Formats: sequence, structure tokens, C-alpha cells
Amino acid sequence: MRLLYLFLITLFSGISFKIYQQKPLAQSIEDGKEIYTDFCLQCHMAKGEGIKGAFPPLANSDYLMDIDKSIHAIKFGLKGPIKVNGLTYNGNMINQGLDEEEIADVMNYILNNWGNSNTEVITEEKVASIEK
Amino acid sequence: MRKNVQLLFCGLALLTTSCDAQEHGPKIQSPESINYTYEVVADSIDIPWGLTFINDNEMLVTEKAGILYHVVKGVKTVVKGLPPVYVRGQGGLLDIAVSPNYAETGVIYFTTSSPLGEEKGGHTALYSTQLIENELKNTQLLYKGDFNTKKGQHWGSRISFDDQGHLYFSIGDRGNREVNPQDITRDGGKIYRLNLDGSIPEDNPFAGKENNRKAIYSYGHRNPQGMITHPTTGKIWVHEHGPRGGDEINVIEAGKNYGWPIITYGINYSGTPITSITQKEGLELPLYYWLPSIAPSGMAFSTSDIYPAWKGDLFVGSLKFEYLERLEIENNQVVKREKVLDSIGRVRNVEEGPDGYLYVGVEGKGILKIIPKS
Repeated sequence: MRLLYLFLITLFSGISFKIYQQKPLAQSIEDGKEIYTDFCLQCHMAKGEGIKGAFPPLANSDYLMDIDKSIHAIKFGLKGPIKVNGLTYNGNMINQGLDEEEIADVMNYILNNWGNSNTEVITEEKVASIEK
Repeated sequence: MRKNVQLLFCGLALLTTSCDAQEHGPKIQSPESINYTYEVVADSIDIPWGLTFINDNEMLVTEKAGILYHVVKGVKTVVKGLPPVYVRGQGGLLDIAVSPNYAETGVIYFTTSSPLGEEKGGHTALYSTQLIENELKNTQLLYKGDFNTKKGQHWGSRISFDDQGHLYFSIGDRGNREVNPQDITRDGGKIYRLNLDGSIPEDNPFAGKENNRKAIYSYGHRNPQGMITHPTTGKIWVHEHGPRGGDEINVIEAGKNYGWPIITYGINYSGTPITSITQKEGLELPLYYWLPSIAPSGMAFSTSDIYPAWKGDLFVGSLKFEYLERLEIENNQVVKREKVLDSIGRVRNVEEGPDGYLYVGVEGKGILKIIPKS
């Protein structure tokens, strides 16, 4: 009974939760491919190989696997020197204006292609939780 | 036959590696001696897209992220009152230009990626405005491309004028090359011509037919991010980004089709071909094309006596190779290419100021003024 009250109080107390509807991983990867082609490919190239010295690789990239940092970079942009697979890159990736769902999709695409693999599905909620 | 064999070979090569065509044009050179230096006249701007001069000491600089700066003797102040800017992909706040009649009217034009309209996403818009006490006033929407799309690519945009009271501006193909650039009933992949008050000139080439976008002046463009009025002929010169290879310089004529994506010297980023032809009847050939791509942005002629050796030359920013390119042109042919400000950073823009100096917009740096060594 107490639990029911608690439930009702929570329900009507004005505390709101955003409901995230997570799409299946395969769909997210497919949608992410389109985002990648539109927003990322020009610099990071078709197979995530990047351009040595100018644009860091996403395929087999040690930097990428710090997932929170990678999401942060897509969400807010990334400027200044970073080390990727032992090489220093000093560029400026601007914030592309993607929404949280699009960032989750493109992360799932990148993390599941070109030899990359990742057990964790990146959700919209996860992207939302990364703060500036 | 030889071409066919080459194509076949290209096809085979695709299976393993990419297939860029041969380099084209005079090789880019480094100068034997450098007799200029530069001074930063507006600092710390991430992507200084557009630049225009109110007078010798005052300029307006757009930053792509959606900030307009009024710069007076090197001091930047943020200008208030911009309409909504849709910052997405390659889009944001784009070019800016004072009217040829600025002294009388105070009118300033700018282009921006805009979310206005019914559909989701955005398209390129042109506005007129006035700068009053660091705020934009009397801002009017003169043109808004449609239909909006969430695609991040190819918004253009640059603005220029002729001496007959016309304004020209560019919109890129908005990431829909199969549909937009060849369809004159749709926006995108076009150079537009308007009167200075924003009305459409009656003698525009496609003004006669109801469904046409009547502001279109030329079509078949991919993503023009450089535009300048030739100082002696008065013609509008435009350059545009090709895909991989095939950036072009075109001299714009009313109603002409510049061929994207039917003809191009470029290929897809993935290395696959877009088309096997580089010319076709009815489609204009470029005055020059870059192979490999330099990723051109910004365009200016040097017309003053400040740099005697450069007088009459064309200057184009290279985003990719991070230099300003100087092109010597004789009889509509590029005969020499030279690096200016080598390794300076991604060059987004170049303008000749009213004082005759060249001003260069460099990403992450700001606006640089090129000064000859005395």
C-alpha cells in the first residue's frame, strides 16, 4: 500500500521524466550511417580512416573508445591538441548541430564499423546525460 | 579508346583503391622570396566566413556559429539583432556585404542558414538590414530558399554586385544533387540575381514562366563559396567546391547551366565515379578546375597598387591546403598558381579592402591584413 502511495505521489508530484524510446541497434546504426555521410565523412573519410596529420581516424582509434569524451566532442565540438593512436592532432571540429538522437545513431554507426566493436548501445538518454 | 581503357582501369582500381584522375593545371608554386608580412586586425574568430568594410577603419565580420562582429580599429563588438541562424553541418551565418549605395542608404546584405518555413530543417536566406548603434535594424528577409532539409551540406553562400543595380548570391545544392541543381523550379545549386531592393529583375532569364524560381540567374552549381565581380569586365566570377576533385571557377552568364552533376571532373568521396563525362553540349565548361581539390572559399581580385607584382591577379582561399592561392590569369587561362601565407590555417575568405589591402579570413585566427615589406 505504501508503495502504491509512493508511486502515485511520484506520478502526480510534477516530477517529470523524459521518456526515451530506444530504437533497435540495427536501425540506429542504419540511421547513423546517413548522418555520418552527411556530417562526418568529408573529414574522417569513408572508412573512418581520417587523414594522417589533419583529421584523426575513427577506425581502430584509441581516443574514440573513451565514449563519454567522444560524445562530448560531437555534441559541443572539440578544439585543440589531442592524441590519437600515438599521433597528435591539433584541429577544430565544430559542433555540427546534431540532436541527441542523431548523435546516438552516429556513435552506434561508428562504434560498429571498420573493425570497431562495442557492447554498449549508445542511447539518446546517454547522449543527453553528457554535459558541457 | 584510350579514355575507355583508362576508365576500365579506373573501374578495376576501384576494387582495391581509389581512383583520382591526373593532376590538372599549372603546379602550385612557393614564391622564391617572400616580400610581405601580415598583421592580425581582428583576432580569435573560429570561422570568419564573411567580411565587409564600412570604411577604412570599420568592418563587419560574420562568424559561422551565428555571431556578427563590428570591428573598429581591431576591437570586436558583438552586433545584436540577428534573425534566427540555423547552425547545422556546413551551415550557419554566412556572407555579408555593404550595398554599393551604402553611403546614401546604409543598407547591408547578409546570407544565413535559416530555419524559417514550414518544413523541418533549413535553407539559405538573404536579408537586408541596417547597422544602428551596434544593433541590426529594419531587417528584411529578401529571399529564402526552400524546401527546407535537415541535410548539413552545401548552403553556399557569397554575395556580390554588378554596377547596374543588381545583387547576386549563391545557394549550394543542399545535399540533394540528383534533384536540385538541374531543376529551375526548385532552389539550391543556383546563382541568384535580385535588384538592390530585393525585387526580381524583369529581365531575369527564367522570369517568364510561372513555376520557375524567377530569381535564378544560372544553375547546375554544387556549392559556390566564392564570388567576385571582375574589376574590368564587370562579370560575376564564381568558384565552387567539387566533390573529390573538380573544384571549378566559372564566369557566370545569364540562364546558363554549369553542369553539376551531369558533368564534373570530380568523383565521390568514397572513390566511386559520379559521371564518366566532363563535357556535354549545352553545359558550360569551367574557366579553370582544380585537381586535386583545394576546397576553395572566398575570392578577390587585387586591383590596387599596394602589391604591384600582384595587380590584376585572382586570390582564392584554400581550406584544405591552408594557404591563400594567387592565380595569374591571361586570356581566360590560369597560367600560374602560387602559395601566399603558406600553412597559415584554413583560409575561409579573402577580400580587397577599400584601402586596397588584401584581408584574409583564417579559421581559428581571425582577419589578417597582408602588408608588403618596405
